[in-house]
Amino acid sequence: MGRAVAQARAGLSSRTGWSAAALLPLAFLALFFAWPVLAIVSLGLREGGVLSALADSDTWELVCFTLGQALASTVVAVLAGMPLAFVLARCRIRGLGLVRAAVMVPFVLPTVVVGLAFRTFWPDGGVLPIVLANAFFNVAVVARTVGGLWAHTDRRAEDAARALGASRPRAFLSVVLPALAPAIGSAAAVVFLFCATSFGVVLVLGGSRYRTLETEIYLRTVELFDLSGAAALSLLQFAAVLAVLVLGALARRRRETALALRDREELARRPTGGEWYVVLAAFAVVVALLTPVVGLVTRSLSTRDGWSLAGYVALNTRGDRGTLAVTGVDAAVNSLRTAFDATLVALVVGVFSAVVLVGLRRSGARFAEVLDTALMLPLGVSAVTVGFGYLITMDALPGDFRTSPMLVPLAQALVVTPLIVRMVLPVLRAVDERLRQAAATLGASPARVWREVDLPLVGRSLVAAAGFGYVVALGEFGATSFLARPDAPTLPVVIARLMSRPGELNSQMAYAACVLLMVVTVGCVLLIERLRVPSSGEF
Amino acid sequence: MRRICAVFAALALTGCSAGTSTAPQSREVTLVTHDSFAVKPEVLEEFQKSSGITVKQVASGDAGELTNKLVLTKANPIGDVAFGVDSTFASRALSEGVFAEYASPEASKGAQRYKADDSNRLQAVDVGDVCLNIDPAKLGGVEPKSYDDLVDPKFKDKLVVENPATSSPGLAFLLGTIAKYGENGWQEYWTKLRANGVKVVSGWEEAYNQEFSATKGDRPIVVSYASSPSAEGGKTKAVLDTCYRQVEYAGVLSGAKNSEDAKKVLDFLLGEKFQAQVAEQMYVYPSREGVALPESWAKDAPLPPNPQALPADEVKDNREAWVEQWRKLVQG
Repeated sequence: MGRAVAQARAGLSSRTGWSAAALLPLAFLALFFAWPVLAIVSLGLREGGVLSALADSDTWELVCFTLGQALASTVVAVLAGMPLAFVLARCRIRGLGLVRAAVMVPFVLPTVVVGLAFRTFWPDGGVLPIVLANAFFNVAVVARTVGGLWAHTDRRAEDAARALGASRPRAFLSVVLPALAPAIGSAAAVVFLFCATSFGVVLVLGGSRYRTLETEIYLRTVELFDLSGAAALSLLQFAAVLAVLVLGALARRRRETALALRDREELARRPTGGEWYVVLAAFAVVVALLTPVVGLVTRSLSTRDGWSLAGYVALNTRGDRGTLAVTGVDAAVNSLRTAFDATLVALVVGVFSAVVLVGLRRSGARFAEVLDTALMLPLGVSAVTVGFGYLITMDALPGDFRTSPMLVPLAQALVVTPLIVRMVLPVLRAVDERLRQAAATLGASPARVWREVDLPLVGRSLVAAAGFGYVVALGEFGATSFLARPDAPTLPVVIARLMSRPGELNSQMAYAACVLLMVVTVGCVLLIERLRVPSSGEF
Repeated sequence: MRRICAVFAALALTGCSAGTSTAPQSREVTLVTHDSFAVKPEVLEEFQKSSGITVKQVASGDAGELTNKLVLTKANPIGDVAFGVDSTFASRALSEGVFAEYASPEASKGAQRYKADDSNRLQAVDVGDVCLNIDPAKLGGVEPKSYDDLVDPKFKDKLVVENPATSSPGLAFLLGTIAKYGENGWQEYWTKLRANGVKVVSGWEEAYNQEFSATKGDRPIVVSYASSPSAEGGKTKAVLDTCYRQVEYAGVLSGAKNSEDAKKVLDFLLGEKFQAQVAEQMYVYPSREGVALPESWAKDAPLPPNPQALPADEVKDNREAWVEQWRKLVQG
């Protein structure tokens, strides 16, 4: 009896402790997300007219189209990403590092440039190219998130099922898929949010026929200054995103299991038999991903008068007659530094959040779900809303934060943090509780348990998450274009500017800058591959 | 606790990309501009040296975004002086009281020709007219000369325009047709344009870099700027009877923290040295009289003599309705 009470008390106190720790990520979110967003939305609400916007049938058409295209894009991205995840996680094939890097390339490309590349295949735009382009950007999320967990999932259960006579598809469906479900759910949620808020793709490929909540919020806020209309649409966007996140969280909760995590090295092997079809599918996806990329490279080299390296040479200048405030190379360096800062902030907040989330859940706090969902919200809210929100709130912070250069990495971190949480959390959750209990029984403090048990198991996903986050920050455009200073633009901002000027050299240089961005990305990914911590022993 | 410290350390570290410009300086003026603002570094450098003023630049999106940001922050402005509010958005900025009155001595040297109103709150810095651009080689000698020509069957499937809902030159072209054919005539004109195969894309980048035959596409007539041909080495031409006037203004913000020095920055923007380089830097025409254009401009990109224009108030009041009507007409 006495022991039960003591146990309950211990549970309560750890719950309080974890809840207190949750305050840090919540404070970050509240300061740099909730406060600005609520401020701008409530400004719109005060103007009135929200109900009439909600009653408009056009509004509901927008909601349906937004969700429909996001859903379709998510399905395509998951289907295309799964074979890649398998190959990256399970296969021992030459050149895998390059595949891993190639998969990341689309993620950093400016949407305008990709939109234009897709237009060469679909000159009039339409729904299909929108869906494919959205999926193109997001295959990496699926491959990375699912691959991250898959690489550590014990192979023996699957082998046992096969030995007991299950066919390959059967073993996959009843053993592998349930184990991967949390990661697939996570990835799908992230992809859905990215697609639901995709802006450049819809603008370029939708002509002006197809509009989404995101493009309409932009139009209302930026061009028409109809803040009440924008607020109504923001509320709808918020509600839709929240609904999807809650559904995702419910789905994840049912599936959650502790898995016997293993090291990739001992799990990967040469593909056999039917697995080669999956490998083939994966390579088909890579080829599809690289097609627009090859188009970009070609365009960076070809001029009206034949092949030329002029665009690349111009990268060391400020563009045709000084289009830019800095040279292309300076912008690249600036991109690298800003992304580094953003990743650092996101890594600290993200890993801390993931640890807190797991702790909260283990101590049985319901609050875990709320925090989990809250952390994802920044992905589903329009960059315009956040950017305009900053304008009317951040001046209250010391030193008029609105024009502070620190705002760029912080805004990027807002986008990167949820990705890091999503990549680290499934692995962290899958750590077998018995290992931790054993360590605790042997006298290890909670911090020591984390260091000795959790950290070695999730080490690799941490490095992978950091690399992924870095690349995302490199390519981030929405928030950055709102906040970057003209004397310190990032590469995507420079590309947008070059694209908006006449003159063949500017356009050449824009495409060359895209190639530079891709090269930097591949370089980063390959470097991170090398940095990956060596095998940390048997568990 | 240690982890919390780490977060603060990380936040502090973000300063490493931030540089040192956050330290307030007594004679610093923050110049808020649209994204297309550009100035020759040596010209700005010389001004800073001779005046003792440090100019800090903040870019804030396109003309519309800039205007709305200024309106939103007028109680506590994000800068001291702003450049880039254009004729489409000027009346919004003026009626919201974003700008303070300042009769710059430099404003009477040509800028007054393009003034937004008589209140001396906005001064015209440059003019950037939107015109049809054509690719004469592709058209083979048969060139459109006016709005009317575009509905002629011989130019069927030749024209690409930007969506006025999402693109500023697209809107200017629509406004030009409204100015030309009147409140009741433009719908009929666009119905004919549609029948003649006009193609609509979302932005200038696509229209010019992807669809225009002089760059990559196969449409020889595009909505662009009067200045664009100066970048194409004589391969393209602007059709000077199809232009709509766009003026870009600057003004001292009401509530500027350093309004005395802000006035000097405004004088600089209207002054000879800055005006002499706007053409090369921003592809626009100087508002000041007697400033020479670069050589290639005189030949390839002269300033349109008689552009269309609409009163700013009329644009402000009707814009949303016009764009909505246009959408139903052209895409419905």
